[in-house]
Amino acid sequence: MSDLRELARELGLNDEEYQRIVEILGREPTYTELGMYSVMWSEHCGYKYSRPVLRLFKTYREAQDAKAMENAGVVSIGDGLGVVFKMESHNHPSAVEPFQGAATGVGGILRDIFTMGARPIACLDSLRFGGLDDPRVRYLLDGVVSGIAFYGNCVGVPTVGGEVYFNDCYKGNPLVNVMAVGLVRLDSIARARASGVGNPVMLVGARTGRDGMHGCSILASAELSEESLANRPTVQAGDPFTEKLLIEATLEALATGHIVGIQDMGAAGITCSTCETAAKGGTGMKIDVLKVPRREEGMTPYEVMLSESQERMLCIVERGHEEDVAAVFRKWGLNAAIIGEVTDDGFVTVYEGDKIVAQVPAVSLADGCPTYYLETSEPEYIQRVRGYDVSSLPEPDDAGEVLLRLLASPTIASKEMIYSQYDHMVQTNTVVLPGADASVLRIKGTGKAIALTSDCNGRYCYLDPYVGAQIAVAEAARNLSCCGAKPLGVTDCLNFGNPQKPEVFWQFKRAVEGMAAACEHFGLPVVSGNVSFYNETPERTIFPTPVVGMVGLLEDVERHCTSSFKREGDLVLLLGRGIDGTADGIGGSEYLKVVHGLEVGNPPRLDLDFEARLHELVRACIWEGLLSSAHDCSEGGVAVAVAESCIMGGLGAAVEWRGSASSLFAEVQSRVVVSAGEEQTSRILELASEFGIPVLRLGVVGGSDLCVRYGECGDKEFRFGVEQIAGIWTNAIPRLMKAAG
Amino acid sequence: MKFGVVVFPGSNCDADCYYVIKDVMGQPVRYVWHQERTLNGLDCVVLPGGFSYGDYLRTGAIARFSPVMEAVSDFAERGGLVLGICNGFQILCEAGLLPGVLMQNTGLKFICKFLHVRVETTNTPFTSMCRVGQVLRIPIAHHGGNYFADEATLAELKREDRVVLRYSSPSGDVAPEYNPNGSLDNIAGICNKGRNVFGLMPHPERASERILGSEDGRLIFASILNSFAKQKL
Amino acid sequence: MPKAKVLVTLKPTILDAQGQVIQNALESLGFTNLKRVRMGKYIELTLEADGRDLNQEVREMCEKLLANPVMEDYSFEIVEC
Repeated sequence: MSDLRELARELGLNDEEYQRIVEILGREPTYTELGMYSVMWSEHCGYKYSRPVLRLFKTYREAQDAKAMENAGVVSIGDGLGVVFKMESHNHPSAVEPFQGAATGVGGILRDIFTMGARPIACLDSLRFGGLDDPRVRYLLDGVVSGIAFYGNCVGVPTVGGEVYFNDCYKGNPLVNVMAVGLVRLDSIARARASGVGNPVMLVGARTGRDGMHGCSILASAELSEESLANRPTVQAGDPFTEKLLIEATLEALATGHIVGIQDMGAAGITCSTCETAAKGGTGMKIDVLKVPRREEGMTPYEVMLSESQERMLCIVERGHEEDVAAVFRKWGLNAAIIGEVTDDGFVTVYEGDKIVAQVPAVSLADGCPTYYLETSEPEYIQRVRGYDVSSLPEPDDAGEVLLRLLASPTIASKEMIYSQYDHMVQTNTVVLPGADASVLRIKGTGKAIALTSDCNGRYCYLDPYVGAQIAVAEAARNLSCCGAKPLGVTDCLNFGNPQKPEVFWQFKRAVEGMAAACEHFGLPVVSGNVSFYNETPERTIFPTPVVGMVGLLEDVERHCTSSFKREGDLVLLLGRGIDGTADGIGGSEYLKVVHGLEVGNPPRLDLDFEARLHELVRACIWEGLLSSAHDCSEGGVAVAVAESCIMGGLGAAVEWRGSASSLFAEVQSRVVVSAGEEQTSRILELASEFGIPVLRLGVVGGSDLCVRYGECGDKEFRFGVEQIAGIWTNAIPRLMKAAG
Repeated sequence: MKFGVVVFPGSNCDADCYYVIKDVMGQPVRYVWHQERTLNGLDCVVLPGGFSYGDYLRTGAIARFSPVMEAVSDFAERGGLVLGICNGFQILCEAGLLPGVLMQNTGLKFICKFLHVRVETTNTPFTSMCRVGQVLRIPIAHHGGNYFADEATLAELKREDRVVLRYSSPSGDVAPEYNPNGSLDNIAGICNKGRNVFGLMPHPERASERILGSEDGRLIFASILNSFAKQKL
Repeated sequence: MPKAKVLVTLKPTILDAQGQVIQNALESLGFTNLKRVRMGKYIELTLEADGRDLNQEVREMCEKLLANPVMEDYSFEIVEC
């Protein structure tokens, strides 16, 4: 008996959890049952540490209370259509094997989309790496991007956007967050429910092997170390060809109307899909592991139940219509095997032939994970970094030189080398290509479009997790508004260190509080999400990185806007916060890091009311066709935003900035740089006044140089050819990637 | 004019081609499953882009053995129009309906971007509405677009005016710096001796609507319709 | 001149999607006696015979670069040409 307790500890269950299992079962568990509990009660699957904090999100709280948690979230876009979207992390597998780690991350999140009957129409990737001077980081970047390309391109889903940040804190622990979006008819959403006693349970897709045994409990629920780099069987290989077949077959099979419930298999494989569908349906299930199609010999029931083989789904089929459904999968060359049936006893009973090897109450596996209320404690570094007086730092002598350094900084530089490896045009819906503030995809047959973005500045969150998370939400909404889209809903991927450290859990709690408050303010439901803990190595913990994924709607696809300057003679205006002479926006800025080597201060101030009004103003201007371009100000401040608009448009500009050199790069929030024909100005000013947003004239588009006159007295100036700064911005990352090693 | 778009396991751009033919060009079109053995009633067959069989082993190597490919071969022999786009071009080469082979891009990376191609000949049903030297802005998206053929084949292609498109600058300058994948002689598309089978790496179906950034690809579909109409007179 | 013939294959537990698809294709072409197909890489290294321990060298090359130890196994033989 003590052997089982030992084994439980090895599998990641503590003594109290083991005891609870014994109480639930009324006996000691079998080996297989112990394995099932260990994966379902891991943080990755059970959310045992994060659940109390996630309840701060209204939508999550309501869904949990109504016992109506679905795989991904849906928002309606009218015309009977809905958009399904979710973001997920695959951080630890990518640190161990970047290509397959990232590839299987794409596969996993896609399945969450089409399991709801939605056709996947886009992916975005939100990535973070260490500094590119490190050969291993270059190896990780190359592997991750190749892996996402390998899987996404083959499966025929365009990867249309995302973001890439570089900071030392991610060196040993890269972040790979993938967001997938799908389109569904609201009256045809598939449910993950096992209903109808006697209905057959069918496993479809790839064969089951020994892939990823315990990937979710070991890799995702523990810190990375030397040993984990040597972890072999825990990394799976993805097969995007089979996934493509699975997408087509699943959507076709769902259309027969004979699939009562369906769940994809990812972390914790068959264990997870069986107990969750049974729990949701208020039923039970009995399955026989011998009926599961295998690709390896001699697999034990434990291995079959815990295997994380990819590209598989579990379908609950209407009795009598098994053939109708199986025929569709077979047509597409996929396995479709009946492995059991729905019962009414509330148990997941696992047979090996005639022998019962596990019998567990479904609800206890799916929802019975104990909840832990971890301690929080403000980290000591907080007072130290916030106490730093950034206004005491010397001004740069040459703002032009600073601009060049920032344009060459990998976090700001062009990511074209990365996104050109993704097929971002397949499905012929991409109206605004990567490189803009957000991606815009048309919805065929409606005249509408959706806009997608993902955002998070981890450094702001490090300095103040509450404000940093709010800024992530604000920035995402700002990016969507700059394309002309009205935000509809949010998904998130919350990346943090070890939650059992009170300082980390404090960061997590504060970030969620901030994010929830901002989403409430903007009226945005958080419809889905993911938590990734333990993102740390013995050397350091990552910055708290709560990534926000946001979807918006354009009522008219033609009325969209992009960020490049378009026409000589257009005026360049700054909508939003003007120059206030303070050091706001310097704390946590890319400027502070690149020029002064510091990551201190307070993150930029954020006024949610003002920000919301700014978004409405920008959208109103775009709707009326007043703007040639709109580009939000983020890393690098106004100067970088203007430079990027020049580079993307291939046009110069003459700009005047009655502020200090450093203020050109301050990351003051609630700012959008727009360009518009002179004849539009009066209407723009009228609207701005209605929304209570200041407008500052920056200059004029024209020529082939970017010329900026700055200084409180306007007595300093720098000038660069657009071709020159374009070269620096475009080639920064390729140049670093080519470096020896 | 009746179109068929072949669907292999792993084809991705079948729906895109179907959409352009039906909704943009207004023509009758149906999907052709890879296991069908006849193409009766069709005037033009499209082999779309994508990753048939995952591009596993060699791109196009497995799709060429699909039952439908025998029908495509017969169809081509009888003069039917066959348009192979990207993976479709790769399959046509593996199947021997077009000479040469598509190898991995010299940069070893997948490339997706808009670029320019110059029309080298209008003596095909696929480019009849273009001008020789006209530059079209159409996107590519491939890992294996590096066209290769031996010297004798290349000489024959040139002699017989069968190089249809070449990668070029926006103003039509065919130079190495505009070659995205190392393709021999900047070749982006070729046709067979009968001039009724055309393979190209760029995706015209992605450049047939203004909202997507270019309508130049539409000329290829328009040429097909135009040639067919003329032929019927 | 010594030549090292290196074979890099996926570890047995890792999914070999390409191998599976090749097997299906061969079977549909009429080759019905296949039990399993695995696909790997063949790398040929022509070396200088300069007195170094070639076995050791090649082993290091495999472990550092040619094979990915997380997912792949390697084997090699050194022949004289």
